[in-house]
Amino acid sequence: MSNPLVRSMAGTGKGNKPDMTEAKTPILEARNVYMAFGGVDVLKGINFMIYPGEVHGLVGENGAGKSTLAKIFAGVHQPRAGSLWLKGQQVHIHDPGTAVAMGIALIHQEPLTFPELDVAENIFIGRQPIRKGFPPGVDWAVMYQRSDELLKELGVDLSPKAKVRGLSIANQQMVEMAGALSQDAKILMMDEPTAALTPNEVADLFAIIRRLREQGTAIVFISHRLEEVFEISDRITVLRDGEVVGECDPRGTQVEEVIRMMVGRPLSALFDKGENHRAGKPMLEVSGLSRMMKFEDISFTVHAGEIAGVAGLVGSGRTDVARALFGALDIDKGTIKVDGEEVRFKHPRDALAKGVIYLPEDRQHNALLMPMSVSENMTLAVLEKLAPAGWLRERLERTVTQEYIDKLRIVLRQMTQSVRELSGGNQQKVVLGKWLLTRPKVMILDEPTRGIDIGAKSEVHRLMGELAAQGMAILMISSELPEILAMSDRIIVMREGRISATFDRSEATAEKVMAAAVGQVLEGA
Amino acid sequence: MATITRTVKQGNAKGSADLATRLARFREVGIILILLLIVAGATAVEPRFLQPFNMRSILLWVPLLTVVAMGEMMVIIIGGIDVSVGSTLALAGMTVGMIWRQDSTFDIYTSTGLAILIGLAAGALNGALISWAKIPPVITTLGTLSAYRGLTFIVSGGRQIDPNYVPRELIFWSIKGPFGIDLVPWVVIIAAVVAVLTWLFLRYTKPGRNIYAVGGNRDAAQLRGVPVEWTTFFVYTITGALAGLAGVLYASRFGFVNPGETGVGFELTVIAAVVIGGTNVFGGSGSVLGVVLGCLLLGTINVALAVLGIAATWQNAVYGFVILLAVVADAIIQSELRRASTGE
Repeated sequence: MSNPLVRSMAGTGKGNKPDMTEAKTPILEARNVYMAFGGVDVLKGINFMIYPGEVHGLVGENGAGKSTLAKIFAGVHQPRAGSLWLKGQQVHIHDPGTAVAMGIALIHQEPLTFPELDVAENIFIGRQPIRKGFPPGVDWAVMYQRSDELLKELGVDLSPKAKVRGLSIANQQMVEMAGALSQDAKILMMDEPTAALTPNEVADLFAIIRRLREQGTAIVFISHRLEEVFEISDRITVLRDGEVVGECDPRGTQVEEVIRMMVGRPLSALFDKGENHRAGKPMLEVSGLSRMMKFEDISFTVHAGEIAGVAGLVGSGRTDVARALFGALDIDKGTIKVDGEEVRFKHPRDALAKGVIYLPEDRQHNALLMPMSVSENMTLAVLEKLAPAGWLRERLERTVTQEYIDKLRIVLRQMTQSVRELSGGNQQKVVLGKWLLTRPKVMILDEPTRGIDIGAKSEVHRLMGELAAQGMAILMISSELPEILAMSDRIIVMREGRISATFDRSEATAEKVMAAAVGQVLEGA
Repeated sequence: MATITRTVKQGNAKGSADLATRLARFREVGIILILLLIVAGATAVEPRFLQPFNMRSILLWVPLLTVVAMGEMMVIIIGGIDVSVGSTLALAGMTVGMIWRQDSTFDIYTSTGLAILIGLAAGALNGALISWAKIPPVITTLGTLSAYRGLTFIVSGGRQIDPNYVPRELIFWSIKGPFGIDLVPWVVIIAAVVAVLTWLFLRYTKPGRNIYAVGGNRDAAQLRGVPVEWTTFFVYTITGALAGLAGVLYASRFGFVNPGETGVGFELTVIAAVVIGGTNVFGGSGSVLGVVLGCLLLGTINVALAVLGIAATWQNAVYGFVILLAVVADAIIQSELRRASTGE
């Protein structure tokens, strides 16, 4: 079934298609680039070429390394190994300024603008036109005029004198684009440029991208929305776990094949929860939950003893739903029932009182007091119980902390050690312990194993399995498909604020889940 | 459908831009209004307030403040704070004062240059610690506030510079004006020149624009190739230099320099003027005109309190409340603006 136009890396060498772009020198090239953050390999020997006058789609799961690669080209990160080549010359891109000078521009998902400054300055910051005559200085008149020309060229109706604060995301993006044009960028990298745009705005953006391509600009288009990538790209590169796993021509390739390349990875290293008999009663029932601009009509049920996995791409509204369930985000419509009782949480402590706990994705900022000790962190949520007369009973604190340190097998020197010194996996266990002390009924885990090593990961997975077996209802949000597939009894897939599919454990496959997450329907898969 | 949404959004953006400019103008008009109110009130209670002598007192009080406030404004625009300016002022004033103690005929222009250099070095140390050692501005300048004050004591040996040591020509800066117009003394001219140069710098040079960029969005500035560290370093250095200049102006105005008194608490007055002048305390915006008006306002309050016979002990409390008033007004305006721009 493999398409002849799809080249997997196994049989690379020369392309079997005499493409005219093959003959040209790439304008920008990464050779064997390695990158690691905090001991985790993010890019593992990437080879990537960008040609002038070409839109190069870059796709992959969350965390596949797409944005990291773009940031290396933009001078934000320095690769650990490997080399970068500009027009056949090896270059070192020390900092963003160097990249700008080389004509490399990176446009972010969230436009990086200066809200207090006007449109013209946002376009020209750092490169304002300078008047030649007397008195010298920034020539505002010329800057406004050239901004106006650039905006007209992009076909945007914006005043150069308007402050950027208050512009729509689409318009802010256009301001950034104009900035890239003003510096004569030859390589334009766009990281999820359509994530915050309406369909009409996307169409406008694509018209501009096509015009730039005709003028010979090389464009890297990073997106989760595969249909858009297929529409705009001349060539698509697929990344998975920091490696290039394939390259294809969108005109002769099926979307499903790209999806397969994105997800196909061995699942062996993961803990497998195994089958489960859904015996318990419904603990968390959500129906018709809506919040304007965030999510709409979310309904599902999690039973006692069950792990429900929530899959979906970043920005699909998963975390917002979790925050709403925990009382950290108001809802417009819908009902939430916990253990059969209808609840309306106004504040996270209301949720806590009803036995609903939430482990946020970013534990460093949201869940742990890094400089404080393990025991102080663990008992934070139950301080009232440990201090019956308003005075903390330290011996009791030590006893309960030790109990959970043993239960969770937290590795540490002593419980007075500061949390900062623990490894990521043990930190996550401290968070878990802190919430387990409150004796919850429903646990919402947001990316429970992000950024922790494989051993700690399976340890956290084992704990989740044990907790479920003891009757806990668990809702697990994860960007890692293998984790979702291995741990979930049921899989809820979200896309653009809605539930796009629900699968039982037995019927779920990586391809089906990914297809539902990116909005593709697989035929006969 | 989507086209409609877009038009609506743009309409909103334009509407809020109008509102923003109106409110921004209101900010400066507001300071002028409060200024007139205080003058009117003070005159009603004590008609002598409007006498040239009192007007002149205001004009003498303001230059010192304005010179340092120009630097502090840039520091706050870039998203920082400098509380060491009072100590820097004292250190610079004291050092040249010790030279005058030896030789009271020492050239005042060389003295001024030397004071500026001392301030520059003090500011550069602040800037280097903040930019490259990444020590938070409050901590850095609190440390140097103490350190520079200590140096002032060491330099002075605990003695003060009396009026008979301060060169007469220098005292004349605060008495005589150009073309024999003594109502506007030289110190006022110096402050005006500093303010105009600051305005030109902020409006018409790349480093000046970069200050707004760094303060408005540090990450974006970095990614656009703006030299964030150097810009920050530069701003603190200039502020130090201006505080150094103010050290000489202080000697000219008051005729003495005392290691334990000169410039103590001055940083609070300067920050007050900058904040009252509409500078965003979180960085990114601020204008020379607003800050100059803020200085005038504080100067007027100061003189009005004296003329009305209100004890000097009240002054700090009054400053404090005026600052809080300005910050609260600013917060309300900012949140209104945000609401207007998101259309909620």
